[in-house]
Amino acid sequence: MTLEFLVASAIGVLVAGGIYLTLRARLFAVVLGLTLFSYAVNLFLFASGRLVVGAPPIWSYDVDSYTDPLPQALVLTAIVITFGMTAFVVILALRSFLETGSDHVDGHDVPTDDQAGGGE
Amino acid sequence: MGIPLTLLLLIALPFVASLAIAAAGARARIWHSGIAALASALGLILLVTLAPSVLAGQIPAASIAWVPALGLDLSLMVDPLGLMFAGLILGIGLLVVIFGHFYLASGEATGRFFASLMLFQGAMLGIVISGNVLLLLIFWELTSLSSFLLIGFWRHKAEARQGARMALAITGGGGLLLIAGVVMLGLTVGSFDLPTILASGDIVRASPLYPAILILILLGCFTKSAQFPFHFWLPHAMAAPTPVSAYLHSATMVKAGVFLIARFWPVLSGTDLYTVIVTGVGLVTMTFGAWVALFRYDLKGILAYSTISQLGLLVMLLGFSLEAAAAVAVLHILNHAAFKAALFMSAGIVDHETGTRDIRRLGGLAKVMPVTATLATIAAGAMAGLPPLGGFISKELMLGETLEVGLFGLPWLVPVVATIAATLSVAYSLRFALFLFFGKARDPEPHARAHDPGVGMWWPAALLVVIAVLLGLIPGLIAGSLVASVSAAVVGGEAPYIGLYLWHGINPALGMSVLAVAIGALILWRYAPILRRYEAVRHLDAKAVFERILLMANRGARRTTMAIHAPSLQRMLLMVVAVVVLFAIEAMGAGGSFTGPREGIAASPVAILAWALLIAATGAVLHAQRQRFRALIYISVIGLVISLAFVHFSAPDLALTQISVEVVTILLLLLALNLLPKTPPVLSSTKRRVRDGVIATLGGTAIGAAAWAMLTREPNDPISQFHLANSYSGGGGTNVVNVTLVDFRAFDTLGEIIVLGIAGLAIYALLSTTSRGHAADRLRTWQEDMPHSPESHPVMFVMATRILLPLTLTAGIFIFLRGHNQPGGGFIAALVVAIAFMLQYLASGYDWTTARRRFSEHTLIAFGVLVAMATGLGALLFGANFLASAFDYFTLPLVGEFELATAMLFDIGVFAVVLGAIMLALAQLSHIAKRAARAHAARVESAEGARDPEEDGL
Repeated sequence: MTLEFLVASAIGVLVAGGIYLTLRARLFAVVLGLTLFSYAVNLFLFASGRLVVGAPPIWSYDVDSYTDPLPQALVLTAIVITFGMTAFVVILALRSFLETGSDHVDGHDVPTDDQAGGGE
Repeated sequence: MGIPLTLLLLIALPFVASLAIAAAGARARIWHSGIAALASALGLILLVTLAPSVLAGQIPAASIAWVPALGLDLSLMVDPLGLMFAGLILGIGLLVVIFGHFYLASGEATGRFFASLMLFQGAMLGIVISGNVLLLLIFWELTSLSSFLLIGFWRHKAEARQGARMALAITGGGGLLLIAGVVMLGLTVGSFDLPTILASGDIVRASPLYPAILILILLGCFTKSAQFPFHFWLPHAMAAPTPVSAYLHSATMVKAGVFLIARFWPVLSGTDLYTVIVTGVGLVTMTFGAWVALFRYDLKGILAYSTISQLGLLVMLLGFSLEAAAAVAVLHILNHAAFKAALFMSAGIVDHETGTRDIRRLGGLAKVMPVTATLATIAAGAMAGLPPLGGFISKELMLGETLEVGLFGLPWLVPVVATIAATLSVAYSLRFALFLFFGKARDPEPHARAHDPGVGMWWPAALLVVIAVLLGLIPGLIAGSLVASVSAAVVGGEAPYIGLYLWHGINPALGMSVLAVAIGALILWRYAPILRRYEAVRHLDAKAVFERILLMANRGARRTTMAIHAPSLQRMLLMVVAVVVLFAIEAMGAGGSFTGPREGIAASPVAILAWALLIAATGAVLHAQRQRFRALIYISVIGLVISLAFVHFSAPDLALTQISVEVVTILLLLLALNLLPKTPPVLSSTKRRVRDGVIATLGGTAIGAAAWAMLTREPNDPISQFHLANSYSGGGGTNVVNVTLVDFRAFDTLGEIIVLGIAGLAIYALLSTTSRGHAADRLRTWQEDMPHSPESHPVMFVMATRILLPLTLTAGIFIFLRGHNQPGGGFIAALVVAIAFMLQYLASGYDWTTARRRFSEHTLIAFGVLVAMATGLGALLFGANFLASAFDYFTLPLVGEFELATAMLFDIGVFAVVLGAIMLALAQLSHIAKRAARAHAARVESAEGARDPEEDGL
C-alpha cells in the first residue's frame, strides 16, 4: 500500500463524510460537515505539491532536495482562514438558533432536545 | 502655473469642494454655499486664464497614465467646445449656487445639497474636458449618480424619490449602452485617446461595426438629453429643488447628450443612417415637446417640456450633417443656457413667493412682482425667438438650415415640421409670460403675500437675461469668436460661416419666422377651446408604463432567482455535489489512464495505523453526529492525524499551524455547543439518509479519484523553484514557506489577514446584538442542561495556567522570531499566544480575565492591518514595489549577529490580526455564555428563595 493511496482515500472518505453531514438539516451537523470538508480540501491542496518524506523546505547550503514550498504556504493561510470561516459559520448558526429557536438550517420549526421550547 | 497643473486643479476643485462641504457638517449655510461659490469662481478664473490660448487655436492638455493596459489615462484637454461647456458649467454653476443659497428654506440640509451639487459639477466638468473616452464614461456615470442624489434631495417626498429613480434608470441604462458603443468605437480605432478617435472618422464610418457603434452611442445621448421616446424622465425630475432644475435640467446635464453628439460629430456624422436617425429623433422631440408644453399647468412642467423641445432642436441641427447647422447648434446652446436658466430661476422665485407653481391659480403677477415679471418676460421672448433677442437669431438661422435638408427624399418635410414646432414654441413661451404676469389674478390666495424677492435671489437671473439680450443686439461682439472656434472644433476643420446679426434681409427663413409668431399668437388667442379639445383625449401616461415595466422586471428577476436558488440549503448543496459528480463522470468518459506513472512511496505500518484512525474517526463522527459532544472529540482526532501527516510529509509549519488551530477550533465549537441543543432527535427519513449516503459516496469517490490521479503523476514545471532559489538570497530567510508568506506572496497574505479580521468583526457584530429581540429572550430563559462541576475554577488548574502564561508567551515570541529561518512565524505564534490567553478564560473565568486584559481585540485587528499596510507602503517610499522587503544583519554585544527584515514587521501585522480575530470571537462567545449562565443562576436562586423564605434571615 502506498502513501499516495492512503492520502487519496483519506481525502475521499473525508469528502464523503462532509457531504453527508452538510446534507443533514441541522445547524451543528452542517458545521461538522464543513469542518470535514475543510480538512479534505486543505489536504488536497497540500497534496498538489506531491508527497515527499524527509525534505522540508528549509533552505540550507548543503541540501539540494526540498519539497514544494508553495502549496505549503497557500495551505498554511488556508488553515487559518478555515478557522475564520468555521468560527463565522458556527456563530451564524448560534445566532440563527437564538433568533428562531430552531436548529434547522432553513429555520423550520423542528423538535429539539432542550430549553428552546421545541418539545421532546 | 503650468498647463497640466492648471487642468488638474480645474478638475479637482469641485470634488475637493464637495468633500470640504461634507466635512463642514452642520455649520451655518454660508459655509456650504460659500465653499461651493468659491470653488466655482476659482474654476472660472482658471478657465479664463486658459481661454486666450484656446481661442487662439491651442489645446491645453495633460495626461497621466492610469491603467495603461486598458488604454485608460487620466488625460484632460480643453478645446474650444470643452471651453464653452466648461464656461457654462462653472458660470451657471456659480449663479445657481448663489440662487440656491437664498432659495433653500431654513432647516434644510444645505451641506448635503451643496456637496452633491459640487460632485455633479465636477462630474460634468470631467465629461467636457476629458481627453480619453474611457475617462469620459466614468464622469458620465458620475453625473447620473450625482443627479440621482440631487433629484431625490427632498427624500421625504415620494415623487422626488420616484423621479430620482426614474432618471437614474433611464440615464443610467443609456449610460450602459454608451459604454458598449464607446468601447466598440475605441477598439475599432485602436485607441481610446479622444484626439486620435476624432481624427479617425473615415475608419469608423467604413467599419462594419459602424451602425452598432452609432446606435449605441446615440441611445446613450438620447436618454441623457431626454429625446423622444426617453423624454419622460425629465418632467418627473422636476421634483428636484428649482436650483437643481435650473442647473442640471436646463443648462448642463441634459446638454451632455448634445455635447457628446457634437463631440463625435467628425467621427459619426455624414452618413444617411446618421442623418435619418438624429434629424428624425430631434424633429419629433422638438415638435412633441413643444405641443405638450403648451398644455402643462405646472410652471416647471412647462419649462421641462420646452427644454425637451429645445434639446430636440439642437439634436436635429447636429443631425443635418451640415457644418453651418452645427455652428447654429453651438450658438443656440449659448442662447438656450442663458434664457432657460433665467426662466427656471423665475419659476423658482414665483414658487418661493406665492407658494404655488400652478399656472391656473396665478395671473397678473406683474403688478406685485415687477422685477421678476420683466426678467421672465424677456427670457420667454428669447425662448419664443422674438427680435431683438438672442433666441431670434438662432431660430432664424435654424429655420434657414432646414431648407437645406431633405428627409426621406421629401425636401418640404423638415422645414414644415420645424415651422410647426417653432409656432408651438412661440405659443407656449407667450403663454408662460402672459398667463403668469399679465391679465387678472385668477386665485386671490397666492397673491396675498407675493412680492419681489431680495436682490440676492433675482440678480443671477438678471445677469442671464442681460446676456440673452446682448446675444441678440451685439452677438458678433460677445460671442462671435467663441462660436467660430467652437464650431470649428465641432466640425473638425475650418469654422463655417453663419450670419451673426439680427437682420438677414427678406428671405424664406424670415417668412417662416413671421408665420410662426403670427400663428403662435393666434393659438394663444383661441387657447381655451384648444385646451378643451386636448384634454378630451386620453393621453398615454409614460410614468405608469415605466412603473409597469419595472414591476415586470422585478417579478421576472424574483422568479428566475427562485428557480435557480432554491430556498433550501440541502437542495442547493445537492445540486453543487451533483454537478461535481457529473464532471467526474464526464472526465472518466474522456478516457485515459486513471493511475499515473509516478512511483509511490511505500507506507509504513505507523502510517497505515494513522490512516485507519482517521477513517475510524470519520465514521465515528458520522455515527455520533447527534451526540454532539462526542462528535467533537472524534473530529479533533481527525485534526491530529492530519497534523501528523504534515509532519511526515515534510511540512513542519503546517503541522504546527494545524495542531494549534485544532485546539482553538474545538474550544470555539465547545463554547458554541454549550448554548445549542446537544442531542437533537432524528430529523430525516431512512429513505432520505440512504439517498444522501449514496450521493456522499459518489462525491467522495469522485474527489478521492481526482486526488489519486493527481498524486500518481509528476507535477508540471513548478514555479516553486523560484521561491526555493530566491528565498535566502532575495528574502533573507531560510524557511521558504515563511518567506513566501511574508515576502513573495505577501499581497495574498495581506488579503487573507484582512478577511480574517473581517470575520472576527462580523462575529462580534453577530454576537453583540444578541442583547436585543428574540435572541435576548432566549438567552434570558436559557436552562443549564449539562452537569457542572461543583468547583467552577479548580485551584490546580488556575495555578497551572497562571504559571504557564508567561512560559507560553515566551514560546510564542520564540516561535515568532525564528519564523523567518525555522518553522514558525506570525500565524503560528498568534495561535500559540491565543491558546495561552484562552486558558486563562477557561481556568479563571471570563470576569477575572477580562478585568486583567490590557488590549482591545478591535484595536489589535486594526493595528495589525495598518502595520502590514504601512510595511507595504514603506517599500513604495524607497522606490520598491508594494510589500517588497529589505533585510540586513546587525551585531549586538551578548546577542551576537542577528538579522532584521522588514518582512518581520509585516509578520507582526499578521500576528496582531490573527490574535485579535481569534480572541474577539472567543471572548465574545464566552461573554454571552456567561450572561446566559448568570441569568439562569439568578432564576434558580429566586426560585429557591421563594420556596424557602425563612432561610433568608440566616
